Amino acid sequence: MYERSANQRVVAASDVSLEVEKGSFVALVGTSGSGKTTVMKTINRLIEPDAGEVRIDGASVMATDAPTLRRTIGYVFQGGGLFPHLRVGENIGITPRLLGWNEADVVARIDELLTLVQLPKELGERFPAELSGGQQQRVAVARALAARPRIVLMDEPFGALDPVTRDGLGTAYRALHQSLGLTTIMVTHDIQEAILLSDRIVVLSKGRIIADVAPRDTQLPQEDPEVAALFAVPVAQAERVRAITHPTSKASP
Amino acid sequence: MSDQVAAALRELPGYLASHVLVSACAMGLGVLIGLPISVVCARNARLRWLVLAGAGLVQTIPGLALLALFYPLLLGVSALTHRAFGFGVQALGFLPSVMALTLYSLLPIVRNAVTGLTGVDAHVLEAADGVGMTPRQRLFQVEVPLAAPVVMAGLRTATVWTIGAATLATSVGQTTLGNYIFSGLQTENWVFVLFGCAAATALALVTDQLLSLVESGVAQRKRPRIALGLACLTAGVVLALLPMARAAGGGGKPSYVIGAKNFSEQFILADLMSRRVEAQGFAVSRKESLGSAVAFRSLASGDIDAYVDYSGTLWANVLNRTDTPPRAEMLAELTRLLKERYGVELLGSLGFENAYVLAMGGEKARAQGIVTIGDLAAKAPGLALGSDLEFLSRPEWTALTSAYGLSFREQRSYSPTFMYRALETGTVDVISAFSSDGRIAAQKLTVLGDPRGALPAYDAVVLLSPKRAQDAALRRALVPLLGAISVERMREANLMVDRDEGKASPRDAATFLSSTLPPP
Repeated sequence: MYERSANQRVVAASDVSLEVEKGSFVALVGTSGSGKTTVMKTINRLIEPDAGEVRIDGASVMATDAPTLRRTIGYVFQGGGLFPHLRVGENIGITPRLLGWNEADVVARIDELLTLVQLPKELGERFPAELSGGQQQRVAVARALAARPRIVLMDEPFGALDPVTRDGLGTAYRALHQSLGLTTIMVTHDIQEAILLSDRIVVLSKGRIIADVAPRDTQLPQEDPEVAALFAVPVAQAERVRAITHPTSKASP
Repeated sequence: MSDQVAAALRELPGYLASHVLVSACAMGLGVLIGLPISVVCARNARLRWLVLAGAGLVQTIPGLALLALFYPLLLGVSALTHRAFGFGVQALGFLPSVMALTLYSLLPIVRNAVTGLTGVDAHVLEAADGVGMTPRQRLFQVEVPLAAPVVMAGLRTATVWTIGAATLATSVGQTTLGNYIFSGLQTENWVFVLFGCAAATALALVTDQLLSLVESGVAQRKRPRIALGLACLTAGVVLALLPMARAAGGGGKPSYVIGAKNFSEQFILADLMSRRVEAQGFAVSRKESLGSAVAFRSLASGDIDAYVDYSGTLWANVLNRTDTPPRAEMLAELTRLLKERYGVELLGSLGFENAYVLAMGGEKARAQGIVTIGDLAAKAPGLALGSDLEFLSRPEWTALTSAYGLSFREQRSYSPTFMYRALETGTVDVISAFSSDGRIAAQKLTVLGDPRGALPAYDAVVLLSPKRAQDAALRRALVPLLGAISVERMREANLMVDRDEGKASPRDAATFLSSTLPPP
């Protein structure tokens, strides 16, 4: 699989084979350039692979034309990707309108989603630029869910937010994932976030899968030194934090 | 002064309507062509480079030259369509003006639209794809609205440029507010020049303000503001065009087009002829400030129906003759050849001559003992010659230099009005004057004799276009003018317009001329 840059073609991902179970929450983890975003974008055809195939419920995604396919898959973009010229409500209602829902249903759905992502209804009349980063990201989640997709793709969804907002929003989304019975694939470079939110962590490096484990298994010994280093980070950081903030507890074994 | 303002105001509805029409059509076409091109260019970097370079190149052509270039181009097209479909296209006036102005408007439209479209955030575009928009939905729901403020800024620039450049369309026979400027410049009627500038500026400013209202509405996404701006613009165009609609609805009678070259005498005679045709109950429109060659070509192609030209000019420039036969012989030969080659009818001579002559200040000529061009030749190396813009490239000048061996210290070209000024201030010593010019008497100039007969005769003659050659009404209106205007009367009429004090309009001078003519 290739990613096109200005004048050269670089292999972004190759020989990646991944089966995602219905209802699971998969985190794709890796450094920038690892190919994690490329892999995810092949699912809704934002990137089309030179070789290989993506199937949903057994059917190749190439069998459906790209816009129609994308309307059935929610997508939360890095930084929100909201349309700056549309009001919050219009942003949320965009996919239902593209699908030709009747207007009353669209309006009702917008209200429902604002409630779902815990935003006051008045915000629907504002423009994205008038919202805080956290609010914008909630709107992005609401937009992704608007047309009742069963699959949601998330590209570094909470990356640009402050830690508190990020934690709150992550937890809130995980609850929605559960209650709506979604299948979620989230790209992140933050292993801690992956451990806290997902059911399964897939680590990519240089376009290949180098680990595929459940969060609880991340502390087991790992063969690959890169994976071992990555998984060691959250615990090591937590210990260092504790050492700095509670120096006395360090003495106890 | 107030008379001249009143005279200017009388022309305003007609000039403004034509100006608005030609600018609005050019902008409309510019938008219709420019925006789709921009969309294609925004997607293709190589094409973008090509189109922007092309539009930039067009922009570097002076407006006047661009307008002028369309004239021969359309003449060629007209000849082709005539051969292929049996009808020609208009090579003067509206068509070349709209085409040139449209081309002129393209650069700001395309440049801004491309900048706007390519400037849309890549993340937002990916989001548009991601939520399931088709390329078309993405263009109209995301790219166009986001690029709109930048596109609008380009439209504003283009509109102001177009309204300004439209004044130049006067020179290819399209009536615009530029008629004030061109005719004012030729007749030294500065009130007219200022009036024309002010009117064009005011039109540009008002339009720009209304467009800025639309622009800010687009930028702030306020629909009422956009609607108000557009409504005012539409209302303005409709109001401006009302006089034209009224004139068009005025009747099914044929209307005539009277042409004029770019100097006072031509304006006066065109006014005189127009009034006589109008008196027969016909509508008349004018194409004024035409270049010498353009005037004849547009008569031959039927863009104008009648105008006054001069036998020597036609002889040398249209028939390319370098000999100088006696007056009567030349006139007979001209009449025959113009009919034969172009189908143009030479109706007859008005009775006076407007010849190229060499003239000097009376006192200076006496002091140096110069009476004829022969005398001048001896002193010429110490003198400066002032000529109009075309004289030095005309066959008459070649004939003069070869007959007398003239060689001046210095030669300068001026528009006719400024040439007389240069003589008066002593910048030049000799000028290429016109024999019917009122300033010869007013400035006490000595016209130098031409004992070797190097300069041909320049009888003022009325020409009719091929399609009007046998037009009874036109003949009825114009035949009484033949042989009825003496050189003294013409000089006096010209002076009324050209003098500094108590300047009269060409219309007043035409009234003066018609006072001794048989009533129409």
